[in-house]
Amino acid sequence: MSEYLQVEIEHALGDWALHVSCKLSDPWTVLFGPSGAGKTSVLRVLAGLMRPDRGRVVLLGRTLVDTSSGMWVGPARRGIGFVTQRPMLFPNMNVTDNVAFGLSGNSRARVGEMLALFEAGHLAKRMPGELSGGEKQRVALARALAPEPRMLLLDEPFAGLDAELKGGILERLTAWLGTREVPALYVSHDVVEVFQTGADVVVMDGGEIRAHGPARVVLASHRDQLLRQLGGENS
Amino acid sequence: MDQQAIFLTLRLASITTLILLVIAVPLGYWLAYGEARWKSMVEAAVALPLVLPPTVLGFYLLVLLGPRTAPGRMLAGVFGHPLAFSFAGLVVGSVVFSLPFAVQPITSGFRSVDPEIREAAELLSPDRGRILARVLLPLIRPFLLTAAVLTFTHTVGEFGVVLMIGGGIPGVTRTLSISIYDQVQDFAYVQANHTALLLVSLSFLALLIIYGRRERAGV
Repeated sequence: MSEYLQVEIEHALGDWALHVSCKLSDPWTVLFGPSGAGKTSVLRVLAGLMRPDRGRVVLLGRTLVDTSSGMWVGPARRGIGFVTQRPMLFPNMNVTDNVAFGLSGNSRARVGEMLALFEAGHLAKRMPGELSGGEKQRVALARALAPEPRMLLLDEPFAGLDAELKGGILERLTAWLGTREVPALYVSHDVVEVFQTGADVVVMDGGEIRAHGPARVVLASHRDQLLRQLGGENS
Repeated sequence: MDQQAIFLTLRLASITTLILLVIAVPLGYWLAYGEARWKSMVEAAVALPLVLPPTVLGFYLLVLLGPRTAPGRMLAGVFGHPLAFSFAGLVVGSVVFSLPFAVQPITSGFRSVDPEIREAAELLSPDRGRILARVLLPLIRPFLLTAAVLTFTHTVGEFGVVLMIGGGIPGVTRTLSISIYDQVQDFAYVQANHTALLLVSLSFLALLIIYGRRERAGV
């Protein structure tokens, strides 16, 4: 895939700042780094939930943010799906209405298709309060993909799910994205998972990008640093 | 019992509640989510009727609605008569006086919605009206009910502002609370007692609705 995303952002966040500059071309890129590295902030800027102090974001040739010209595209007009660790389903709507919320017109067939993709068709009439964590996350994914986004952002959406469930969802998700050539930026703490996906990795720390490249190259050259980070997080 | 006053009071409270819900939803939304620097000034102005003596508010409204001021003359042109000592004037006064009772619960309701729920809706729909109608308003329904009940009962029990603006004209501006005052002045304690009991019952019922709902919701 050719270069699809250009990001150059600066943003002050309390006593530290985000300085990120990168270009992504791998359709499945993992954003890797310790807690507080700024990964979620980058995703929030890309999704349009946070305005950077300075910078520019271009997705598939379309400028979404350009602070020098005042250009700003609102979250729903970016064509970006965003799934976070907490599946924020609307508690007052059943699963079908949740998935249909981002769609216009007659959307029942599309909702059924998306729920079937994540084996959640039987949950269609249930309310979010009646779902398990894994079921909620599958519905959140179906809702994010239903409007056919041009890019998908995943902020540790599978944390807390068991390995088998996570593997199944990831498999279906990557197949769907691959068929449609929809790129994804995936935040993960899991080194093993990063190797398994064989994706490009962007390593972030202290609000800056420390490395960017194929997983086996980047993770190998940062082995000691990553072990320290993971050790620190686990302690 | 002064049935004229009962119907007039219920009509005044219903109209005031409807107008205030229409005003308080966008105002509460803006107070909860807006980023203007002068937001705290608006919030303070909205809360002012809570701390001002009703006679002070009534006095300023009387002056403002009278024929000597530009707003008073403009409103008289719109309604075809001066607003002071009229039912329309009472509605304006009640709306101002009960403003915090509608705006504050609704603002709290919007603030209580998880920001990530609102963001999830903003990621999926560019239509703020749709997000408000389909996501936010259903989630703050208990707060809307509280706002409606408090506004209604507060308007029913209003005295100072009503007396200043309306003057207690039977069938036009004499509400239940003014009726009690007049009955006591006339030493008609039995009638005053009946009217007062009606107000106590209405207020108790309103509070029962709010607390009953809270208990069912486990709040």
